[in-house]
Amino acid sequence: MCLAVPSKIVEIKDTIATIDVHGVRRDVSILLLPEDVNVGDYVLVHAGFAIQKIDKEAGDDAMRLINELIEMDELKE
Amino acid sequence: MAIESIYRDKTVVERLVQQIQKIHLQHPVRVMHVCGTHENVISRFGLRDLLPEGVDVVAGPGCPVCVCPGRDIEFANELALKEKTIIATFGDMIKVPSSAGSLSDSKTKGADIRVVYGPFDAVKIAKENPAKEVVLFAVGFETTACGVASLIQQSNLPENLSILISHRLIPPSMEFLLGVGDLCIDGFLIPGHVAAVMGMEQYRLFPEAYRIPTVAAGFEPVDVLMGILAIVTQIKEGTYRCENVYQRAVQEKGNVKAQTAIKEVFDIVPAYWRGIGKIPRSGLRLKERYKMQDARCRFNNPPFPPLQKGGEGGLDINPGCSCHLIMIGKIKPTNCPLFGNTCIPEAPYGPCMVSMDGTCRVWYKYKRNV
Ligand code: SF4
Repeated sequence: MCLAVPSKIVEIKDTIATIDVHGVRRDVSILLLPEDVNVGDYVLVHAGFAIQKIDKEAGDDAMRLINELIEMDELKE
Repeated sequence: MAIESIYRDKTVVERLVQQIQKIHLQHPVRVMHVCGTHENVISRFGLRDLLPEGVDVVAGPGCPVCVCPGRDIEFANELALKEKTIIATFGDMIKVPSSAGSLSDSKTKGADIRVVYGPFDAVKIAKENPAKEVVLFAVGFETTACGVASLIQQSNLPENLSILISHRLIPPSMEFLLGVGDLCIDGFLIPGHVAAVMGMEQYRLFPEAYRIPTVAAGFEPVDVLMGILAIVTQIKEGTYRCENVYQRAVQEKGNVKAQTAIKEVFDIVPAYWRGIGKIPRSGLRLKERYKMQDARCRFNNPPFPPLQKGGEGGLDINPGCSCHLIMIGKIKPTNCPLFGNTCIPEAPYGPCMVSMDGTCRVWYKYKRNV
């Protein structure tokens, strides 16, 4: 039921978005999304609904933080 | 996919594992996740083998299909075998066994069973078959319930469509398991999708009242390892809090629009979990004003009789099947003597061998040669 990978929006018509996951396309409802989305955005999809927009920058920040923490830790040794 | 490839990066994985190894804990730690998708990533990438001795991850009741009570499946079968009725449900439900057989068995007897990807597919089926009753058999956790709520909120739903709700809520089951004394849960890994919808607030209870580190994580190896690292770090430091290591999808408040839809459409009720029993405030029922769409009202599903006692102390479980212990993370699939011989995905004997969220099914897929 659950697509664990972020799905890329390739088309939007009304409240339906066409998403692409590894070349497989499917229509999902965007009725539940709290914010506007555009073609090219990534969303989390579950049972026919986009349930959240993926914030790529927040992801990048988290990764950078992790890398910094690990590097700091290695420097200490 | 490029956007996610960094979360599978081997070097990052290795570094995270090293970080976890460096934390010397006084006692062994058991982390419980409550999500079939987490079990998939853990098994697929062999993450358990990477963790140091003394850090274990176990699967809790994270499979909505597995915990759906047999009697709901029996009721769905009963409806399926009525004339001029179509049952629409998610593919995972079709093969789940019950004492009345599975929906797949009813299909063999001539019932019209359709697989849907999302709730709106059922609307289409209902419109295409105006002379038939279409019943959407809706199982799933918060992430699925919000979609069904959104469907119910639509005006002009076809009159021949009704919904058999068997939704369950995750946090009440987590709290319930903390009362099972010998499970020894030291940390919770929260499914990122559920947190993306429901937000972090509903998990505060676990660190605050139970002193259990509780971390929301995504579904790539790096996500899961970041989650485990956060949990063991909290244990080491003796601090207990909710953390979110899935910032790219989870906001503190969650998806308020989806939460509002759930609140508007459903009442929260006590509910049975297959193999586990009745858990307070863990189920959803359509509010009175949606009675017309409620298949239980439309087809007069009487108040439930007590659940049948199954095998070896499990409720609603076939004799010999250990799903009631699998679902609470007490044993591993390989501890069940039927695993991989009498019970296989093509002929599942217990509910955990059906869906790709079921722990036995996942282990069978990734560990069959072990
Ligand atoms: S292997 Fe089959 S019979 Fe054994 S616990 Fe799992 S589902 Fe039940």
